[in-house]
Amino acid sequence: MYKRLSLVISALAILGMVLAACAPAATATVAPPTQVPATAVPPTAVPPTAVAATAVAAPEVPTATVPPTMVPIVPQAAVASYTCSDPIGCVKLGPTDPIHIAYLLAISGANAALGTDSRNGVEIAIDDAGGQILGHTIKFDGQDGLCSADGGQAAGTKLASDPTIVAVIGTSCSSEARAAEPLLSKAGFVTISSSNTAPDLTNLTSSNHYSGYFRTAHNDIYQGAAAADFVYNFLGLKKAATIHDGSLYASSLVKVFGDDFIKLGGTITTATSVDPNSTDMSSVLASVATGTPDLIYFPIFLPAGAFIIHQAKTTPGLENTKLMGADGLYSPDVMNTAGADVEGFMVSSPIVQGPAYDAFVAKYVAKFGEQPINIFHAHAYDAFNIVMDAIETVAVPTTDGSLYIPRQALRDAVAATKNFVGLTGILTCNVDGDCANPVIGVYEYHAGVYPPTLIWPTKYIK
Amino acid sequence: MLRTWRQRITLTDIFIWVIGLVIAGAVIWGTISTLRLHLYTPSIWLDLTIKGLALGGVYALIAMGYTMVYGILKMINFAHSEVFMSGPFTAVYVAMGLAKSGMLNKQPIISMAIIAVVSMGVSAGVALLLERICYRPLRNAPRLVPLITAIGASFFLQYTFRGLFGSGSFGYPAIKALQQYWTVAGTHIYKTQVVVIAGAVMMMLVLFGIVQWTKIGKAMRAVSEDKEAAELMGINVDRIIVFTFGLGGASAGAAGVLYTFLFPVVNFYMGFIPSIKAFTAAVLGGIGNVPGAFLGAIILGLLESVGPNLFLTGLGIPSPSQLKDAIAFIVLVLILIFRPTGILGERISKDKA
Repeated sequence: MYKRLSLVISALAILGMVLAACAPAATATVAPPTQVPATAVPPTAVPPTAVAATAVAAPEVPTATVPPTMVPIVPQAAVASYTCSDPIGCVKLGPTDPIHIAYLLAISGANAALGTDSRNGVEIAIDDAGGQILGHTIKFDGQDGLCSADGGQAAGTKLASDPTIVAVIGTSCSSEARAAEPLLSKAGFVTISSSNTAPDLTNLTSSNHYSGYFRTAHNDIYQGAAAADFVYNFLGLKKAATIHDGSLYASSLVKVFGDDFIKLGGTITTATSVDPNSTDMSSVLASVATGTPDLIYFPIFLPAGAFIIHQAKTTPGLENTKLMGADGLYSPDVMNTAGADVEGFMVSSPIVQGPAYDAFVAKYVAKFGEQPINIFHAHAYDAFNIVMDAIETVAVPTTDGSLYIPRQALRDAVAATKNFVGLTGILTCNVDGDCANPVIGVYEYHAGVYPPTLIWPTKYIK
Repeated sequence: MLRTWRQRITLTDIFIWVIGLVIAGAVIWGTISTLRLHLYTPSIWLDLTIKGLALGGVYALIAMGYTMVYGILKMINFAHSEVFMSGPFTAVYVAMGLAKSGMLNKQPIISMAIIAVVSMGVSAGVALLLERICYRPLRNAPRLVPLITAIGASFFLQYTFRGLFGSGSFGYPAIKALQQYWTVAGTHIYKTQVVVIAGAVMMMLVLFGIVQWTKIGKAMRAVSEDKEAAELMGINVDRIIVFTFGLGGASAGAAGVLYTFLFPVVNFYMGFIPSIKAFTAAVLGGIGNVPGAFLGAIILGLLESVGPNLFLTGLGIPSPSQLKDAIAFIVLVLILIFRPTGILGERISKDKA
């Protein structure tokens, strides 16, 4: 009798799992591409001359009125034979060999949206390039860095052992970069990240800076300052508490925010940290509550961010405290996991607008069947195009159809990028690796609505 | 045969006692200096205590699976964390469906019952499959073999769920009826917390009743005492083991539902940390002992919730909440030093060691 009972229960369990797996909610690709026609998105109404610059976010969102002043690409002339004289070597491609560009992004786990979105951006860039650079097809594959230091280490080791790789698009998270960058830099690659924002990574005096590293994402010196400006001047709040999760990204962003907030005249009531894997935030929120802050700033990731959003509402003294995160919490999964408590939660994130971006979003929707799930697809698109331009500038073809890409020359070419017209603005790279031209905005979540709405700076609100 | 105290006490004993006293002193000193700071209002302490009790209740239900299986098979079922994860992960789709149809807020009690039944059913089913596929063929193998199998099965289940449902997190829809609260001494006591504590206590009573006062519970205790003798007395040992796994699985499924009331996010790796805590609670209370596991879980839940702020704030340690696991495990080590069998643990006989 018990055998039969156990059989029945087991069968029920399997049936339950199969049914659940077939349920429509299991996949996010339900939105048909026809739902969001490209024409539905109005072109930006912000001419660059009509607005006054704010104290912090000085650069403007690019529009079509900016004349392209890009340095034209002059490809190298074909030579009969080529001897590599580059100090860190060359990549030699036979006449039919593909150009190998790899990614190191967080494409699974809690922060899968971050890396998947960047990868989608690169895939569109490859489509736009016709799948080819200088007549060689583009081979695009890579490793999952899981948004963690150990994931970045493992993925970096795998990529560094492949000498055919010319450049790496990545990483997604700053902690991944800190672990992977020593390996990738030593292997001679150009690394260009679409979403690393920790200031250390492009600080020439920091031990976390490695040559060959670039990024199209903003430096958090801008993001932290913009967040402090928003909280102090726009919201008019004077007391804030900060929480980080020990990651390079969160701890540096919290530090920049705190320094700027104090400089403006505000008070940091508590600066504390949480374990990114914990679910019970009651003790940390209790210690935050002792300072009675007006706002809690926690630029961390999922799922810990969602638990703070949930539990802050039920902590005595924090029922009406405003909550704010940063671009790490700009993801549909924040809305899905935080449910109704997400109402009013704010995040800072770059603003990307303009007709070129609208055309890009239309391509994205047509190719992937859904609205962009994050913000860094545009940065990834630009990252790929910067690398492609640099390759086209330095690669030396030979008359038999082979192609030589000198590695140090490629790094220099990326660093020399000037007035590159990208989706995210007019980009100019420096030797330290920063290419971004950031405009930071603040977005507010509403329950059941994605993406969140832009609330600051008011001049960009459509 | 009486020896003097000099002969009975070794250097190791003194060393351990000194460690224990130092830790106890630090805890007392930290507590006093925290209370003298008057940083936290009484309502915060009350709130933390209630949250700790709710968390402890969830740990207790998970710990049941560990402790009952250990009682009967003398093995640690490390795949129990995935048994715990599978129930609420599957039931999230039921909850989403109920929320979409509006049933969840119109008939909260019936809806919660449906979610709980689905979750318990799936968890029990997974536990039974585990027993049948992974453990029964290895019943007479050396002790380490089923342990390694359990770890393998745990990974297999985790990645099966990742493959079936994806690697993202899913949020449980909020139940409006549970978001109401009563105000007691300036603290909001949420219905969620009351439901979790009451649900956990009720489930514990049911489990305790089954083990103590039913025929099959008597048989379970007999198998736990001596498998061969029980078999000779006409007890079908296989049936008892299957029943135990099913019961442990169902209680893990119930724990899963209560856990999602507290932390309404599910993902495929959600089982690991609460289950490690529950296993700790089972050892703390004395593994193999049902009331012990309950007691251990409540103590652990309270320590985690109240401990960091109470013991460490006064010592001036920054971000005390980062150290809550350290506190819980230091207490575990202390208790095992002074009572190796756990708080309510039975004497470990040669057969069980």
